[in-house]
Amino acid sequence: MKVEASRLKVQGYTITVAVAALLSLLPENSYAMHISEGILPFNWAALWFAIAIPFVAFGLYKLKKLSNIDLSFKPLVGLMAAVVFIISCMPIPVPTAGTCSHPCGTGMSGILLGPAISILITAVALLIQALFLAHGGLSTWGANIVSMGVMGSFAGYLTFRGLRALKANLWIAGFMAGILADWATYTTTSIELASGIRGDSPFMPLFWKILIAFLPTQLPLGILEGAMTAGMVVLLYKKRPDLLVKMGVLKLEEATI
Amino acid sequence: MKVLSLKLKVQSCGIFFLTIFALFTIHYSLFTDTVTASDKWPGVDESVVEKYAKEHGREAREPFINTDQGDLLLFVFLLGGAVGGFIGGYYWRVLMVEKSSKVNSEEQKITS
Repeated sequence: MKVEASRLKVQGYTITVAVAALLSLLPENSYAMHISEGILPFNWAALWFAIAIPFVAFGLYKLKKLSNIDLSFKPLVGLMAAVVFIISCMPIPVPTAGTCSHPCGTGMSGILLGPAISILITAVALLIQALFLAHGGLSTWGANIVSMGVMGSFAGYLTFRGLRALKANLWIAGFMAGILADWATYTTTSIELASGIRGDSPFMPLFWKILIAFLPTQLPLGILEGAMTAGMVVLLYKKRPDLLVKMGVLKLEEATI
Repeated sequence: MKVLSLKLKVQSCGIFFLTIFALFTIHYSLFTDTVTASDKWPGVDESVVEKYAKEHGREAREPFINTDQGDLLLFVFLLGGAVGGFIGGYYWRVLMVEKSSKVNSEEQKITS
């Protein structure tokens, strides 16, 4: 038991170091929706920080609590951390728009780990990206946590749980969760950007202008994110239904294939 | 039978969307030569976030650490992909091979 625990600890450290190395090596021009350094005025940046901090703190608390109860979920946290890091650094060309953007992965991690731990993973990813990749920014870290971490994770989690409660099958629930997590992220980015940069201009027209500018890229990318999320959930269901039961994604009676 | 036809439908939809995606990509890559290489395929951070911020008098500041220097960018992308893929693959194996065989052997013990 002790050996297993220390092995898992070593795995945890390994993934942290490896992910840090990965992120420190990724380039500056990752194509993303992260709000860059210096874009938001100080008061708006501070507000988004204030909103993000309790969620991150709760994620930390939840991770500690779960680690004390059961160490065996750590590989799943490691896997999801790698997935969120890779996905949020992966520019995908969208031919209908002629631009590049990336899915977020937070819908998937929100479903599988719960929104709290998903937010924590995203916060760490965004911090390392801001420090080493010039991707996002330290001053806009709070805003980016709120859009990608908080909104993405909660939208994915709540959509999945809601649709499952309505007896939707795993694929449909996962697909819709992925789509809505992606779209919620970009809608929140539009809100943050419009409120931060508007100056004396009215909020709503600028918000719609930014949101509509995101649409040609994010509509198809959201569908891709939905397919990825559904694929991952269904694959885990086929390979490790016990894990989904343990994480509270499925009820025990649903886990028999 | 019904499941099979649904599966076929999903597969044909997938092939259709992939074909459309590939055609659009080829079209954009080959026939949009009026724009310069740097204008092609901008990220939405550039084409939306920074564009509208600039219009309203807010510009992005210099990054703290700049890794975009010559071919270093290509190298770090390759390295990043390899490291990320390794981490993901490693934990996938831990979850799908090692843990699942443990779970199976425990189940066998219980049933025997």
